[in-house]
Amino acid sequence: MPIDHATVRHMARLARLAVAEEELPRLAAELGRVLQLADQLAAAAADVEPMAHPHEQTLAWRADAVTETDRADALLALAPDARGGLYLVPKVIE
Amino acid sequence: MANRGIAQLAQDLRAQRTSAAALLDAALERASARADLNAFITVDGGRAHLAADRADALLRQGGGAALTGIPFAHKDIFCTNGIRTTCASRMLADFVPPYDAAVAERLAATGAVALGKTNMDEFAMGSSNENSAFGPVRNPWDAARVPGGSSGGSAAAVAAGIVPFATGTDTGGSIRQPAAFCGITGLKPTYGRVSRWGMIAFASSLDCGGVLARRAEDCAHVLAAMAGHDARDATSVDRPVDDYVAALSTSLKGIRVGVAREYFGAGVDGGVGAAVQAALAQLERLGACLVDISLPNAALAISAYYVIAPAEASSNLARYDGVRYGHRCAEPKSLEDLYTRSRAEAFGAEVRRRILVGTYALSAGYYDAYYLRAQRARRLIANDFVDAFKQVDLIAGPTTPTTAFRLGEKTGDPLAMYAADVNTVAVNLAGLPAISLPAGFSAGLPVGLQVIAPAFAEARLLAAAHQFQVATDWHLREPQSPR
Repeated sequence: MPIDHATVRHMARLARLAVAEEELPRLAAELGRVLQLADQLAAAAADVEPMAHPHEQTLAWRADAVTETDRADALLALAPDARGGLYLVPKVIE
Repeated sequence: MANRGIAQLAQDLRAQRTSAAALLDAALERASARADLNAFITVDGGRAHLAADRADALLRQGGGAALTGIPFAHKDIFCTNGIRTTCASRMLADFVPPYDAAVAERLAATGAVALGKTNMDEFAMGSSNENSAFGPVRNPWDAARVPGGSSGGSAAAVAAGIVPFATGTDTGGSIRQPAAFCGITGLKPTYGRVSRWGMIAFASSLDCGGVLARRAEDCAHVLAAMAGHDARDATSVDRPVDDYVAALSTSLKGIRVGVAREYFGAGVDGGVGAAVQAALAQLERLGACLVDISLPNAALAISAYYVIAPAEASSNLARYDGVRYGHRCAEPKSLEDLYTRSRAEAFGAEVRRRILVGTYALSAGYYDAYYLRAQRARRLIANDFVDAFKQVDLIAGPTTPTTAFRLGEKTGDPLAMYAADVNTVAVNLAGLPAISLPAGFSAGLPVGLQVIAPAFAEARLLAAAHQFQVATDWHLREPQSPR
């Protein structure tokens, strides 16, 4: 399936990936090639149940109890910018 | 140390013929002598020495288990408390986790000595280890060739005799394919057998922790330590862990081994096919009976995998936002600019490609045609195995259609690279355990025999592999070191 530049731009926007204009032709060609592979699945559109996961087990339940300890300082120490217990980002509301 | 297995090393440690500190020194020396392979991203000798001293103290008191005092390396995808964990990405180049992955915890608890973190394809996306932000790994058998991927550093480190075993992860073949290319043994357990907690996520319904070592017997010792239920991973399976080591002596007599004709198609290199046929004949001499079988939907596996894995990756990698941890771009003008530029700067070409493909497959208007169709194909592929295992106990064939290819040979064409995974991805889609065993050589390069078992039949799989290795010595062959 051929992919046009507008589609690449839209996917990049959804994925929050900056893409330069000059990258578009190469990315469009590559995505088109990879998605060609997926087009081979058209033949497999059988009426079988889609399989999301290897095991049929239902998800495990756990007690509704606090198990996490307070690791806020250790976690905030990983942030590129944090102050006063908060993650800092550029101003969102004008 | 290079050729001694875990059982022998454990005996030597107990008899005080060697010590954990001496084994560690030898491993560190070997790692630095083979720095040319680029197998490691981080080596932490200081921490390793402390662990070795603790192991020696325990051993002197007559304590310890099979892995106590044995040096090993972790793939740099397992979080290690206080030790940089990069996933071979610029995104996590300075990430120092504040906790240990379940696999790291379990191995540390046995007294095994982690000496560092091995190189890999970025976020485990790749089949050649050329997608690492820290440079490619070289194959110890031929420095001009790739070690395979994504656990390429772990495979090269074991093959070069640096460590007796290393951890790895396998989402589409990332343990088995590099094991095959480097002439060692690589075990991918059943999905859910090993906790994924603290293992950096790529495709959560496929990701599986495992082990690379010289011998199947070594894999049995390591899996015994890694396997088990972990409530912190909701997909971890709560069922008893078999005694893999005790089961190794089980004979191959009467074991039915399925030979799937789809694994011997036109793409299989002649030398690989010949080595694998000879290995199958060896299994037969050991008492196995070969059964011709068919996996009719095998041809769909690459297509299904390269929709499902990117779809899950695009979702999992959404967490890298430049806010909570990881790379942040300089001087972001807005929150949107912070997200998009941080991600574009820090993800390599293959990771960006898979995120875009996955986003496409999950996007409105295309979800049914791609993601849902791939999940239907996944069911067909899994059902093929269910049917096959009604007739046979194991399935065997070539791990890869070719031996290790040259660096740069496939980097220009993603589809050519993906084709290297043709025999391995179906196993992940079905969630089954499988092992790659050294099975000979083609033009001087190692060939891997893949053996696949039903879910949770690791004991049967490892026993068959061990019996094969008792009768052969391919797994003991070592590459020549450069002068």
